[in-house]
Amino acid sequence: MTTPVKNPETQVKRPDESLFKRLTRQQLFIPVAALILLVLFNLIADPSFFAISVKENSLGNPVLSGNIISVLDNASELVILAIGMTLVTASSGGQDISVGATMAIAGSVILRMVCGNEVSANTMHMPLILAVLIGILVSMVFGAFNGTLVAYFKIQPMVATLIMFTAGRSIAAWINNNQLPIMNDITFKYAGTFLPGIPIPTPVFITALVILIFWLVLKFTTLGLYTQSVGINANSSRLNGLDPKLIKLLTYVILGVCVAIAGFIRVSRSGSINYSRIAENIEMDAILAVALGGNALSGGKFNIYGSILGAYVIQFLTTTLYKYDVPSTALPAYKAVVVILLVVLSAPVVREKLASMKKAPAKAAKEVS
Amino acid sequence: MKKIFALALAAAMSLSLAACGGNNNTPAASSTPAAGSTPAASTPAAPSAGELITVGVINNDPNESGYRTANDAAMRATFTEENGYKTTFYNNNDAAQQIATAQQMVQDEVDFLLLSPASTTGWDTVLKDAQAAGTQVILFDRMLEADESMYVAAVVSDMPAEGKTAVDWLAAQGLDEYNIIHIQGHMGSDAQLGRTGALDEKVAAEANWNYVTQQTADWDEATARTITQSVIDSGKPFNVIYAENNGMARGAAAALDAAGITHGKDGDVIVMGFDSDKWAFEEVLAGRWNYMGLCNPLQAETVDSIIKDLAAGKEPAQKIIYTPEQGFDCNTLTQADVDTYGT
Repeated sequence: MTTPVKNPETQVKRPDESLFKRLTRQQLFIPVAALILLVLFNLIADPSFFAISVKENSLGNPVLSGNIISVLDNASELVILAIGMTLVTASSGGQDISVGATMAIAGSVILRMVCGNEVSANTMHMPLILAVLIGILVSMVFGAFNGTLVAYFKIQPMVATLIMFTAGRSIAAWINNNQLPIMNDITFKYAGTFLPGIPIPTPVFITALVILIFWLVLKFTTLGLYTQSVGINANSSRLNGLDPKLIKLLTYVILGVCVAIAGFIRVSRSGSINYSRIAENIEMDAILAVALGGNALSGGKFNIYGSILGAYVIQFLTTTLYKYDVPSTALPAYKAVVVILLVVLSAPVVREKLASMKKAPAKAAKEVS
Repeated sequence: MKKIFALALAAAMSLSLAACGGNNNTPAASSTPAAGSTPAASTPAAPSAGELITVGVINNDPNESGYRTANDAAMRATFTEENGYKTTFYNNNDAAQQIATAQQMVQDEVDFLLLSPASTTGWDTVLKDAQAAGTQVILFDRMLEADESMYVAAVVSDMPAEGKTAVDWLAAQGLDEYNIIHIQGHMGSDAQLGRTGALDEKVAAEANWNYVTQQTADWDEATARTITQSVIDSGKPFNVIYAENNGMARGAAAALDAAGITHGKDGDVIVMGFDSDKWAFEEVLAGRWNYMGLCNPLQAETVDSIIKDLAAGKEPAQKIIYTPEQGFDCNTLTQADVDTYGT
């Protein structure tokens, strides 16, 4: 029963430091600042961005509609992936680039289960919960495959997961005999759209539930502590009685669960799948979310709330760009700008420069007073 | 020692990956002929009777859309050993990869190179090399930008005509104002250029035709849904969704459903899609969509007969053969059409 170690820097208050510097030291500074910037931009450019209205959907249910709802809704898969990706990053010091492809596999398995052998099924052939559980199980197996390569064969995570990145979508297609199954049963789509009578998109609830579960797990188990210590120094963790290999493997299996849930949300949005396009490039966004959350991509200390916030920032950015009719092909370029800024800001050289720049005026001000 | 071992493993891994990358779409039966064992390869245009005709098929990713799935399945069902072919298939949506593989196939001296190019440009060198090597090129499904002399035949969909049929149909609906959400396919592909071209022309020419937004969703349903959702959120009025394939039309319709905007027959918004998926025909039949432009994916048999003719020394009567296509309206579509054309 150990709570995760908090960033010690945030707890020690040094009286001689300016407020600005204390703020910038906070791990959540970058994602919060980015979010505030985006909100301010939208407030100034067009406040109607934040308008939320109640509409009636085609089934006659009242539903909330607006950009903010869209952000919360569309970020769901990314947030769930970012949580798992944070753990993997922290424990193994590398990222899983196969999450998009394994999402295709999980989605394909779930559709195969509920559709049976039909290409276009009107009723579910199996209780949905069972199909999802099978999808999670399969996804955990693929997570374990990645984790084994990383933990026991000591292959670079990016190289190890390149295998599933390359093969995953072909496997997903093979699971359904290269057909594109369609599930027409409306109850299948509840998880990706709206539950009857509830005006908030279901993915928002699923995401909240996942966040809650991880909060509880990190609060009441040693997973967070162990993951951090393995990421910081695997050898000394081993000397202290931990099994670094097992913990690395475990984080990949947990990511597998996250991937399956994200895949389920994605396929239930439309009741269908397109193997080569589903969740394309989502791995890059998930990694970006982790970085945006102020987590070191080389592993060690982590903060899943930073990654969650990072994921929402990315979706906020995407939605903002769509609102201003930026071509969807240009979106990666804007994300690249964010990455460049992040990398530059987090470079030690720049950090030192910034710190000394802030120190000088603060000192001068003190002398004057 | 450990490091060396890890390095060796990594090397082995990347090698096996490279192998994966090159071959994952190639069925086992399709290895290229071993050097020396096929003297006939030097006279590819006239393979002797009883010998298999070697064919290289470059197609797009079968998982890209329902259209492509049907197209690829038909090609694979036609160019089999029983039918007298020794075929190598390659599927990729990346034109650069397609070109590289085509180059390889030409070097392997296939008799016929069948192409469905992912983009219309960049094929000049391959086509020249093919001509020099005596490989005959037949285009299927999609055109590319090259002189007619560079290929022996083309069995393709007339994309500009498809676009024009659709735009003419839309014009005939007689709306006071056309506020269009235009969701484009993969930029630069023949299908996108043809279907966009006709609409672009009309919007430029008519004062009451406007784009609310014009975005590419890269044939992706989820992106199409997001684009439509963002227009709905912005509150801009629109009454037409012109999606360049059925998957994207479905994504857009899902966004409409979520916001309670009626569409299809008697709806507020006209929904238009393209291709040949059976489920999409059913959407039109049920009146949830208004229009579907048929794009016939089944060119395999026509290509097959052209090759057989060429092998027998008969030139095809026409260089460019357009597959028969038409647009279907929700008011006139019948179950018989669905059964005939749906794939």
